[in-house]
Amino acid sequence: MTDEKKASDPRKIKSVRRMKEIMTNYYIGAKTARENGKKVAWITSGGPVEPLIAMDVIPVYPENHGAMIGATKMGVDLCEKAEEMGYSRDLCSYARADIACATINGGPIGGLPEPDFLVCCNNICGTVLKWYEVVARYYNVPLFILDTPFVHGKFTDAAKKYVIQQINEYIEFLENVCGKKADPDRMDEVGRLSVEAQRLWQKVLDAAAHKPAPISAFDAFFHLALIVTLRGTQETVDYYKGLSTEMEERIANNIAMVKNEKYRLLWDNLPVWYRTRWLSEKFASHDACLVADTYTSAWSGVLHLIDEDNFLESMAVAYSSVYINISLDMMIDTLKKMIKKYDADGLVMHSNRSCKPYSLGQYDLSRMVAKQIGIPTLIIEADMVDERSFSESQIETRIDAFMETLKA
Amino acid sequence: MITAGIDIGSITAKAAIIEDGKIKGTLVDFTGYNAKDAGRRVFNALLEKLGLNAPDIKALVATGYGRNSVDFADKSLTEITCHAVGAHFIAPETRFIIDVGGQDSKVIKIDGSGKVIDFAMNDKCAAGTGRFLEVMARALEVDLDEFGALCAHANTPANISSICTVFAESEIISLISTGEKRENIIAGIHDSVASRISAMARRVGVEIPVMMTGGVAKNIGAVHALENKLECEITVSTYAQVNGAIGAAVLASRR
Repeated sequence: MTDEKKASDPRKIKSVRRMKEIMTNYYIGAKTARENGKKVAWITSGGPVEPLIAMDVIPVYPENHGAMIGATKMGVDLCEKAEEMGYSRDLCSYARADIACATINGGPIGGLPEPDFLVCCNNICGTVLKWYEVVARYYNVPLFILDTPFVHGKFTDAAKKYVIQQINEYIEFLENVCGKKADPDRMDEVGRLSVEAQRLWQKVLDAAAHKPAPISAFDAFFHLALIVTLRGTQETVDYYKGLSTEMEERIANNIAMVKNEKYRLLWDNLPVWYRTRWLSEKFASHDACLVADTYTSAWSGVLHLIDEDNFLESMAVAYSSVYINISLDMMIDTLKKMIKKYDADGLVMHSNRSCKPYSLGQYDLSRMVAKQIGIPTLIIEADMVDERSFSESQIETRIDAFMETLKA
Repeated sequence: MITAGIDIGSITAKAAIIEDGKIKGTLVDFTGYNAKDAGRRVFNALLEKLGLNAPDIKALVATGYGRNSVDFADKSLTEITCHAVGAHFIAPETRFIIDVGGQDSKVIKIDGSGKVIDFAMNDKCAAGTGRFLEVMARALEVDLDEFGALCAHANTPANISSICTVFAESEIISLISTGEKRENIIAGIHDSVASRISAMARRVGVEIPVMMTGGVAKNIGAVHALENKLECEITVSTYAQVNGAIGAAVLASRR
């Protein structure tokens, strides 16, 4: 979203306002949880949040907070603070920013509400294990770890048994820390709402298959917040219903997110949170739209593995099978499908200094894409939150050169 | 038709003027603090040298890091495109370009028409660039123009393990203190630069004939070290340093 896109601009997505409202209320609710007798759990972005919603616990996401820190350009200060505390600059910038923030209640919202307990799922990386252990020690609260084995091709029966067993332990853990029994009917209801929200979110993303795209990946980065934090609630379902309807209207009225869209690109890895606008305008100046990305679709990409009638068990398998917990062979399949679906002319990969599991293999993937589909890749070296890893003139030259090659 | 190209790099500013497919003249000057002034300065100096006036130039393309500060250019294009076109103009058989300038190094694979197939640039680090060599030459108190030639006098190139310019400099200082022969250190430095660049070249996939461009192409030690690493011959034209500006002038003539 750019400054020129004033309220009257037809390109501006109207649902933005509603999203801001919901997120503000959500954070107010989380910050006042203690006064209202509610429990707060910190959870990793890829963790199963549905049981928390079913148990009436407010989930809080340090990673979503990290994204806010990045977007408000407060990342460098907090990362430096963490480095002063002794954390390595090579550590993930979400982890650094979050750990530093906890000690000073800094950042855009004055720190996250203190957790009553923590839920950590390592389907997104190994860093979260140590990060959450640090947080557990700092606040002296219980930590539940859900260990999801890496999927090398086939999800074995042993692995399935292993994760389902842990889901049962997870429910037990929740019953203990909440001091009440889980209600299976409520769990089913939350499961259905979560699935419905994921379907709607995918529908929103699918709208970008239309030419010109009514929504770009840069918009998806913003509208993603609810599917990450509050999937399993009616509010989230309602929001994405509205957003999906808006996308249909935009398609009907031929409203494009990028004026004169000529080139359609696919983004890989997390956003560069402090430079989303710059990047979006830079690509738009070349008539290029980032129509889709592997990141925001991660929250609906495993939908086909979820069985609404057996939510908890199928959820265990689905959560283990997310995009960055699978082999390169499986990743390339997903990538190829996306390139075809959105009819992408090129791939833009953010080699993210913070996110090793996501960035590892990008050169192989780009080679496979060049060989098997014949489209070029641009690799941008940066970091999602730590601006010190972003060199504007170097990145500008890479983007300009890539676009010159694409146009030639 | 007479057209011009201006390439504002981090250390030097280059200008080239061509007429009907022939190079009329080129010029190199230091960029200095103000990239905008540097572009104007080098362009005017070349006009004067060739006895031309600004209106004689029908089109002008700017390139290099300072490309967007050349406000009198008709268009700005990246060094990638300009080096590809420049190399193709000088030697049409060229399929692979290694351009090493002041603050970055890049490798470009091109097709028979000079079109870019793929490219890679060094990451946010000075290792493997002209600036790296400059810092090392200073540490060893050697004139930059003689720096590369001294490699030929090494018997066992020293091993420089650090990839960081700052750390490599302190590594070199400790090598000096252990009494290592200066030529061996110098050869080691050139090997380390060549290692960085050859890894990048292999990532894109080297195809012969290979041409080296940019200011560092003037350094014979760097060219030889790269030839050894890549196990192929590398050609260097007399226009290596102004190759990007020539490409820009050629692109200006196509407009």
